[in-house]
Amino acid sequence: MPPSAIPAALVEEGQRMASICNACRYCEGFCAVFPALERRLSFAEGDLTYLANLCHNCGSCYYACQYAPPHEFQLNFPKMLAEVRGESYKKYAWPATLSGLFQRNGRVVSLITAASLVAFVLAMLFFSDPSALFSAHSDSQGSFYAVFPHRAMAWIFGVIFLMVTAALIMGSVRFWRDIGEEPATFLSPGPFAKSVDDAARLIYLGGGGDGCTYPDDKPSYARRRFHHLTFYGFMSCFAATGVAPVYHYVLGWSAPYPFWSLPVMLGTLGSIGLLIGPAGLLWLKERRDSALTADSQTGMDVAFLVLLFIVSLTGLLLLVLRETAAMGTLLAIHLGVVMGLFITMPYGKFVHAVYRFAALVRFHVERRRPSPGLSAE
Amino acid sequence: MDVSRTYDVLILGGGNAALCAAITARRAGRSVALLECAPKHFRGGNSRHTRNFRCMHDAPSDGLTDTYPEEEYWQDLLKVTGGETNEKLARITIRFTATCRKWMAEHGVRFQPSLGGTLHVSRTNAFFLGGGKALINAYYRAAEALGVEISYDTEVTDLNIDDGRFMSALAVRHGIEQEVRAKTVVAAAGGFEANLAWLREAWGPAADNFLVRGTPYNVGRVLRILLDKGAKSIGDATQGHCVAIDARSPKFDGGICTRVDCVSLGVVVNESAYRFYDEGEDFWPKRYAIWGRLVAGQPNQIAYSIIDAKSVGKFMPPVFPPIKAATIGELAVALKLDASVLESTIGQFNAAVRPGTFDHTVLDGCATEGISPPKTHWARRIDTPPFFAYPLRPGITFTYLGVTVNERAQMMLQDDRPSPNIFAAGEIMAGNVLGKGYIAGIGMAIGTAFGRIAGEEAARCAA
Ligand SMILES: Cc1cc2nc3c(=O)[nH]c(=O)nc-3n(C[C@H](O)[C@H](O)[C@H](O)COP(=O)(O)OP(=O)(O)OC[C@H]3O[C@@H](n4cnc5c(N)ncnc54)[C@H](O)[C@@H]3O)c2cc1C
Ligand code: SF4
Ligand code: SF4
Repeated sequence: MPPSAIPAALVEEGQRMASICNACRYCEGFCAVFPALERRLSFAEGDLTYLANLCHNCGSCYYACQYAPPHEFQLNFPKMLAEVRGESYKKYAWPATLSGLFQRNGRVVSLITAASLVAFVLAMLFFSDPSALFSAHSDSQGSFYAVFPHRAMAWIFGVIFLMVTAALIMGSVRFWRDIGEEPATFLSPGPFAKSVDDAARLIYLGGGGDGCTYPDDKPSYARRRFHHLTFYGFMSCFAATGVAPVYHYVLGWSAPYPFWSLPVMLGTLGSIGLLIGPAGLLWLKERRDSALTADSQTGMDVAFLVLLFIVSLTGLLLLVLRETAAMGTLLAIHLGVVMGLFITMPYGKFVHAVYRFAALVRFHVERRRPSPGLSAE
Repeated sequence: MDVSRTYDVLILGGGNAALCAAITARRAGRSVALLECAPKHFRGGNSRHTRNFRCMHDAPSDGLTDTYPEEEYWQDLLKVTGGETNEKLARITIRFTATCRKWMAEHGVRFQPSLGGTLHVSRTNAFFLGGGKALINAYYRAAEALGVEISYDTEVTDLNIDDGRFMSALAVRHGIEQEVRAKTVVAAAGGFEANLAWLREAWGPAADNFLVRGTPYNVGRVLRILLDKGAKSIGDATQGHCVAIDARSPKFDGGICTRVDCVSLGVVVNESAYRFYDEGEDFWPKRYAIWGRLVAGQPNQIAYSIIDAKSVGKFMPPVFPPIKAATIGELAVALKLDASVLESTIGQFNAAVRPGTFDHTVLDGCATEGISPPKTHWARRIDTPPFFAYPLRPGITFTYLGVTVNERAQMMLQDDRPSPNIFAAGEIMAGNVLGKGYIAGIGMAIGTAFGRIAGEEAARCAA
């Protein structure tokens, strides 16, 4: 199915703004967007979606712009890029029939999460003995699997994981093609490694050395710090999920694991990061200069952050209360929310990680190509 | 601003020079009020449109490469001004630029390596990260944090000056006139480049077709008052920085992006479709400042830069798309020029082009022979369709007429006494250093040096 195109008016507006920036270039030192823009003389739709996904909406180029509203050029570069970015998520979504999920994404994500929560509770009631669900278990009894069979849990999450991975890979393939790159260049070792490094350190959230202008015009590192907590929290939880099956299948140990075990430590630390990080990002978002936010996307951003927060909150509660009678209910809630998070990953804010990373790889790939022949004026 | 008190230092204007003075005086412990006639969104005068400033340096730093010693800086300045400069003040400025970057950084200004497409100035000029508006924003933040009282939308309309001594200023804010008292005053309210009537006085009716590249708020009101109330003037009203920019630019505030950089790659014709000047005389950065005057001298102050497909992508992309046509005749029609004249102008030019190896990065050997005016470098036939044109008009950057100052930034009176408590900084006194010509990045250098000197001296005077 052909990807839905970005509205022509938005593309035109993007071209107008990019041409002004290309003639001005004052913002070149802020981020990767401007060096990438300067390699071009004109801007096709794919160029704009590439630039849009390189931008992390730090706002520096808005506050520094002598053409920002109320100037008659009405240049709000970050907001335009945010709008293009939002449209690009729809454009590259796979399968394309689901691209509509990006519309009113906040509501969609909440509904899907609520539905998976209900499904889990019902499934538990159906599969296991209700009395087990509402009574206390000691760790030694393999309490989780007393209320929910391990095999069912593994199957459900295994299948969702595969579907999500497929959707994300297909999305990035569509993005990569649309911006005009060959599949093979994605794995060029140098650019790939450089992009991993950039992303791991969030170097562009450093602005020009004092941090980004987020949430307002004063440079600050707050966003980078909260994002680091969120990202590494997420990765740590992800690692915990990866270690657990090894314990289960290879070593033959059943969950729940003791507090000092690797999966629990990773999960606990990760969850703490995932509590503070998203809470901080939400707090900053609340204070964000409204001139820079694309209204249509606030729901999507908030839904994702709230979901991360609830996942880690319920995960931590589960750890603390796992030997009490609340465990069964908490487990159902936790798993329900985790499932909601997973299912909506390819159709929500999470995709920014995928496209942004791909855009960074493109940036480093391009940098190794000769610059188009501008004579040194 | 508080009309019931007497400030130590009152700053007129809100650009680079004004902020440097305000921060310096406030850091010396004085009470400071700053009156900026623009609303907050458009604060910062022409300084918000700048991107770099020229720095003396003896080792690479802050994005500057190699070295740029005092003597070389001075010689560059001497050359462009043809001697219309005050050596003492010029050297003060130059030496200041060697050390002031640290102070700038302390107040939030950041530097970056030179911009893509402008590498030729990375040795001499330090670039502001994010350009002049980012610098201005940083200074306003610093000034506010230090307790400078900033008043936007506040136009200074008159000054009470008694025998060269400043008493008070009249300022209009939201239609209400108020009197602001201070022990000292720093005039940093820019030139008069946005005052169309004044430009007309100096340039004649041609001025009606000028575009003003910077802020519409620099109408020279403070300058006029000072000149009328005893200041000794410097420079003359016809001197200024005037470049050729895209004729489709806004009347005011078009800033940097309106420049057109392909003049030296093609030919330029006037309204009658004739060439009128050697387009390849020298590198474009060294010549762009004369093209404003050249276009101003043409009928109706309009000209057209014409290139062919060979030149596409070889110059910084202009902000507006070119006018494009498959033949020279069609291009003439699109430009509303006489097609047969344009065809013959291009035909004669093409016939005069001598063989040579084109190289836009050096003064190459491609020249014309037997036509007038000649094109002495980068002359290539305009023969490869499609053809492109950019309309040009004079764009005025800033004016040089100002008030004379001494090395303490004190304003000089007509009888050559320094005023006891009036100081001047920035464009309003730039003519002392730059009486004629231009070298890139000197405006911000003068404003920073004399802004800080004025702030320091005003603070001392008010103590
Ligand atoms: C497009 C453009 C690009 C430029 N690029 C460079 C560059 O890269 N490097 C460089 O060195 N120079 C550059 N210049 C020149 C530079 O802008 C000036 O030399 C410099 O900004 C002068 O600083 P200033 O503080 O004296 O004046 P300005 O920054 O113009 O400030 C004057 C201030 O006075 C205020 N004002 C005026 N009248 C009144 C009044 N009656 N009451 C109260 N306030 C008043 C104005 O609103 C303004 O805030 C450029 C100029 C333009 C137009
Ligand atoms: S955002 Fe504004 S200041 Fe920055 S490069 Fe674009 S036009 Fe220039
Ligand atoms: S908002 Fe920040 S990241 Fe985006 S283009 Fe502007 S400076 Fe770059």
